[in-house]
Amino acid sequence: MSRNNPMGLRHAPALTVALMLGPVLAGLLGTLAPAFGYFPALGRSGFSLDPFRQLADWPGLGAAMRLSVTTGLAATALSLGLTALILAAWHGTRGFRWMERALSPLLSVPHAAAAFGIAFLIAPSGWIARALSPWATGWNTPPDLLILQDPWGIAMTLGLVVKELPFLLLMSLAALPQLRPQDSLRVAQSLDYGRVRGWMLTVFPRLYGLIRLPVYAVLAYSMTVVDVAIILGPNTPPPLSVQIVRWMNDPDLQLRLPAAAAALVQLGLVAAALLLWRGAEAAIARAGQRLAGLGARGTGDRPWQLAALGAAGLSVLLVLLGLAGLGLWSVAGFWRFPDALPDAITLNTWMRHGGGALPVLATTLLVALWATAIALILTLACLEAERRLGLRMGRLGSLMLYLPLLVPQIAFLPGLQTLALITGADLSLTSVVLAHTVFVIPYVFLSLGDPYRRMDPRFDRVAAALGATDRRSFWHLRLPLMLGPVLTAAAIGIAVSVGQYLPTLLIGAGRIQTLTTEAVALAAGGNRRIIGIYALLQTGTVIAGFALALILPRLIWARRRDMRGAV
Amino acid sequence: MIRWLAAALPLISTPLWADPDPADWEAVLDAAQGQTVYWNAWGGSTTTNDFIAWAGARIAEDHGVTLEHVKLSDTADAVSRVLAEKTAGKGSGGAVDLIWINGANFAAMKENGLLYGPWAESLPNWGLVDVAGKPAVINDFTVPTDGLESPWAMAQVVFYYDTARLPEPPKTMRALGDWLADHPGRFTYPQPPDFLGATFMKQALYGMIDDPAVLQQPVDQVDYATLTAPLWAFMDELTPNLWRSGRAYPQTGPRQIQMMADGEIDLAISFSPGEASTAIANGELPDTVRSFVMDGGTIGNASFVAIPYNANAKAGAMVLANFLLSPEAQARAQDPNVLGYGTVLAMDKLADADRARFDTLELGIATLSPADLGPALPEPHPSWMTRIEKDWTDRYGVAQ
Repeated sequence: MSRNNPMGLRHAPALTVALMLGPVLAGLLGTLAPAFGYFPALGRSGFSLDPFRQLADWPGLGAAMRLSVTTGLAATALSLGLTALILAAWHGTRGFRWMERALSPLLSVPHAAAAFGIAFLIAPSGWIARALSPWATGWNTPPDLLILQDPWGIAMTLGLVVKELPFLLLMSLAALPQLRPQDSLRVAQSLDYGRVRGWMLTVFPRLYGLIRLPVYAVLAYSMTVVDVAIILGPNTPPPLSVQIVRWMNDPDLQLRLPAAAAALVQLGLVAAALLLWRGAEAAIARAGQRLAGLGARGTGDRPWQLAALGAAGLSVLLVLLGLAGLGLWSVAGFWRFPDALPDAITLNTWMRHGGGALPVLATTLLVALWATAIALILTLACLEAERRLGLRMGRLGSLMLYLPLLVPQIAFLPGLQTLALITGADLSLTSVVLAHTVFVIPYVFLSLGDPYRRMDPRFDRVAAALGATDRRSFWHLRLPLMLGPVLTAAAIGIAVSVGQYLPTLLIGAGRIQTLTTEAVALAAGGNRRIIGIYALLQTGTVIAGFALALILPRLIWARRRDMRGAV
Repeated sequence: MIRWLAAALPLISTPLWADPDPADWEAVLDAAQGQTVYWNAWGGSTTTNDFIAWAGARIAEDHGVTLEHVKLSDTADAVSRVLAEKTAGKGSGGAVDLIWINGANFAAMKENGLLYGPWAESLPNWGLVDVAGKPAVINDFTVPTDGLESPWAMAQVVFYYDTARLPEPPKTMRALGDWLADHPGRFTYPQPPDFLGATFMKQALYGMIDDPAVLQQPVDQVDYATLTAPLWAFMDELTPNLWRSGRAYPQTGPRQIQMMADGEIDLAISFSPGEASTAIANGELPDTVRSFVMDGGTIGNASFVAIPYNANAKAGAMVLANFLLSPEAQARAQDPNVLGYGTVLAMDKLADADRARFDTLELGIATLSPADLGPALPEPHPSWMTRIEKDWTDRYGVAQ
């Protein structure tokens, strides 16, 4: 087995883990020091608990922490609940294939773009109110209603759910085939169980075991998101993560100390919420067992199916109409409330700002392609090491894959910035690419790992029997067969990279400008026309990646029918 | 290996000559040739972004200096950057060459030794600056600039309103409060710590203090609690009548343009007398919008550019700062179709041809003439801003 195995392959798993975890751990250390009062550049070289005392003195702390927890838990529970409901009510039907087709593209809409779109839809001066005014509502000026930025974080939760629902749904779809859900459902239905209850009792518990880590990632992300919270979330006070960014940005440099302390508190909150979730898992499992033991058949499926259809339809409508609204803004002349459409259509905004967006688009693509290429090579090397050398990652390994997704960005990126400076690694495209790679690797690995491991090993055995070396069988057999999944993983990697805000801003010193950093900087000005341009470019870039992943295999394997489908 | 390289790097990148001396302008121009200047400037306004792009094209043409606009969502991002570099001991070759700055950000950088200089008063175009008529160009929120930053634009508080919905705007803070009580929800201000929100508070304070001279002193040297008691009483009454009952606020000044166009508010505060005219020209506001100043005058200040102590392209940054002071750049910035910013130059110091650049400018439809604008009130000491922001946050920022 040792023939033709490059030495690099043996080290690939260690290298991958180091590349992902190194920056996270180093960044955490860089946050830990100022949180305990150590910040030599500000003349603070002793250790103390003052930053935490200062944090405790902030009157908004309780509300900010509560918001982080409630919006995070609500968004995660809703996304997971709706995912389960949609699958239970529709999986395996023809209607489901339509829902899947409608929901999957939502995954490619960057969070910030989706949030902007929703903000324009549901605001009191938004598109829905415009469409109904004044004929139905009597409003000639928008009503003074607190819909966006509500203190309970409802709008923000909604914005998170429409993005996390498709993510969990696709994660579930990837895991479902190995559970053979149709068999379980058939048995349950032959015992007279309704479709929804039968699915929930026989399939969901096993499915949950497989998507547990993605669910945890959604929880950690929702609790600490910054861009969506800025656009849709409350400000009096904001969720803790937004307040940390504000302190980091305050002209009073001393506030960086409580900011670091707050970052540690945020980290603790995420850990506590994960433990709470873990506890709830056990409670729900017990309740489920009791329900199964009761033997009630739960045959009324119709209302559940309608509810699931409604939730899926609403998510799709919110995002697509929101994007359409932004697109319309980008070509709008003056557009007064309550007009449902602008006075005039003009290309002025695109002419003035479209040209300036091109170099930004080029940088965005350059960073995304490099980060994705590195992630793909490392992932393939790890998977090959697993196949050829039996270096399996195990439970610990897959937990490590998720670590960059579970540790809040806000907790380690500022520290990482300092570290990048000390090693002189800043200011270059390279370091931004490496920072993006930290977040791209997990997604590429998760996307590619399963199809790669599922490929029938007998192909390799046949190839070996015919005298092919491992290397030859990788290049001439595995890679061509895996073209679809590899391209899909690449498209996901590009989508993740395009959406990164904090890593680009902090590690690139603002010199590396991508569509996302540019959009957030412009968002400060609130000009919907320009936000529209950048939101469309952002979304278009990601969609182009997914479209290529779908089309390329069909072109390349035009004469080989069974190899055309992307997995 | 990396560590070794990092240690060696300063040795390699430290220039053999000392920092450029602005008194020897020819040498500065020579050193600047071929440099790339990273100007960290707020990127939230497309009109300023366009102006900066134009300035870049001009200095590339004249002096071979390349300008890269690092678009910030907050000026403090650049301050953080320089601070992080200082933390890491990166004393040269820094990422930031020039910062658009004033007020508390300048005070913080000056106090922490993060600025290069003095250099500003040695620039060739410094002689054209109206130091006598516009004292704010050497006193940034009362903090002496000491040549550490160079002014490039004057700003003054104005309010803009839509005459289609509000024919007679309130001209005093008290009148504003009464009007809002009758029309709840039709006014708000950017949420502090946004500078414009804090400015609204300072503007209100000016009308409620008998002797405004105390505002020039640091807050810890005056009876802050007594002096600001009327302000907070006023704010307590105002807040429930604000847009969204004061439970949500716009996060920046330009956001108010969209809100007025959407019909959510009838009145807004701005720090740029030309902002409303420029927005009308861009189809972002209806042409029924006009601006006004409060009785008793409004606060004015200057915008500056400063060079961090460890900037990589100091010579190029000075060339840019000097170009921003040129009559050509100043006249363009004052053009309401471009920026609508006030000039920092003294008209009587200009050559006739240069003065003509300003005389031919037409004010925008919603822009007040200098006479209508009136004299600017000086900015209070920066400690007022910091303290008022903190108190605002404690009172209204976490109230839900």
